Amino acid sequence: MLRLEKLVKTYKTGDQALKAVELNVPEGQVLALIGPSGAGKSTLIRCINRLVEPTSGRIYLGDVELTGLSQGNLRRERRRMGMIFQEYALVERLSVMENVLSGRLGYVGFWRSFLRRFPQKDVDEAFRLLDRVGLAHMADKRADELSGGQRQRVGICRALIQNPALLLVDEPTASLDPKTSRQIMRLICELCKERGLAAIINIHDVALAQMFVQRVIGLRFGAVEFDGPPDGLTPDVLTTIYGEEDWEATIAPVDEDEVEAAE
Amino acid sequence: MSELHTLIGKPWRKPSFIKRPWLRWALMLGFAAYLIAAYMTIDVNWSRVYEGLERGKKFILAFTSPDFTTRSSDIYAGMVESIIMTIASSVVGIAISIPIALGAARNIAPLPIYLICRSIIAISRALQEIIVAILLVAIFGFGPLAGFLTLSFATIGFLSKLLAEGIESMDKVQAEAIKASGARWTQWINYGVQPQVMPRLIGLSIYRLDINFRESAILGLVGAGGIGATLNTAFDRYEYDTAAAILMIIILIVMALEYLSGVIRARVQ
Repeated sequence: MLRLEKLVKTYKTGDQALKAVELNVPEGQVLALIGPSGAGKSTLIRCINRLVEPTSGRIYLGDVELTGLSQGNLRRERRRMGMIFQEYALVERLSVMENVLSGRLGYVGFWRSFLRRFPQKDVDEAFRLLDRVGLAHMADKRADELSGGQRQRVGICRALIQNPALLLVDEPTASLDPKTSRQIMRLICELCKERGLAAIINIHDVALAQMFVQRVIGLRFGAVEFDGPPDGLTPDVLTTIYGEEDWEATIAPVDEDEVEAAE
Repeated sequence: MSELHTLIGKPWRKPSFIKRPWLRWALMLGFAAYLIAAYMTIDVNWSRVYEGLERGKKFILAFTSPDFTTRSSDIYAGMVESIIMTIASSVVGIAISIPIALGAARNIAPLPIYLICRSIIAISRALQEIIVAILLVAIFGFGPLAGFLTLSFATIGFLSKLLAEGIESMDKVQAEAIKASGARWTQWINYGVQPQVMPRLIGLSIYRLDINFRESAILGLVGAGGIGATLNTAFDRYEYDTAAAILMIIILIVMALEYLSGVIRARVQ
């Protein structure tokens, strides 16, 4: 469903963030992208919806080649890719409802969005999504009044209301506590299953990734070092991705009770 | 370990901003020498100051007996003219400033538009209000129209520059999130940029309203209408008590605006 061919990104500074990355994501697959800071995870995700312009290579979403699309066509394709951000990236001075509805901007005209007169079915869907993540009563609160976990739930609603085929998720749990992190990951994976969405999730927490995803990609210096099922992440594999370290504690199956106790 | 040994027991000081000692001392001595030399060139005629003190005293004493009544109709007409000038020029100036500010923010405008908008700002800021007013009075004749145009023009340079800086320092990720939804450019500005810079825009606008009112009192001196014209006439006739009355009204209005701006900015945080 998503296909990357020889994707290269070289920044103006000369840093090569991605070196001919090849990747194929079938429909409905949730995959985790792991790797050390600076390995190019964020760049890879941002190249897919072209928030970062790739230097060369091709990206296909379904049959459409995203690289080389005109601005207008790119906007249309961006609607099919929901994005969830590290630190939530809600527009803080807008209300929860406005933030969720901003996911529909690609579908409604300027004046409708300017006057906040969204179609009734969009508003209904927004309430349905907010209710699904347990925040329907918060709709008219301003986004900066929410806690971290609540903000990320709003971020998820904003991505889903686009009715996307693919979710691009950039460090969704980076600033959340361990319990909320799990809840958010669980929520994302459940919603993907419910809606048959594919997702690429950038994540630092290897154990958390192993718990929830079907496939793991390991990135190092902008190249794919590992591609396989989560239980294929042995200490040796982690060493090739991250470098030498004692990995036993990281990948040991984490006991639910243990985490609960740790909190 | 041995390196640490040599460091222990030594005092620590913040490294100097200018590393080379000779340069540092030369700059400091040079500055002191300049200060002394500059001070010596000030030529004060103390007997003239002594005579002038009398006039200054008269001027200040006039504030104890301000005369609001003798020229009340002149004061009223001038004040209304000033207020109309202020509001009209602020509204027009701000309306023009917003698109220019968008164009002058490097993070949202392409280079050619950025350069054009920055040039407009530079021109507006380079030309001092009084000079613009003299030019416009020459073109449009005496009266508030010249003042209105001057203040609108000055507002553009001030507001566009500061608003553009506000836009440049906004949180990039919030705007990125809106872009990722497939929003068109206008929607992106409306949802991703505007909410972030709104408090700043409102604060700057009220501040500019305040400046425009004070400037309108000055512009009258070069014939651009408003309360300044009334004030100028009062000075020309040595009617210090009327001038004092006018100045007191100006001070009151500026204080009221200051208070209003505090209230509004607290509300929009």
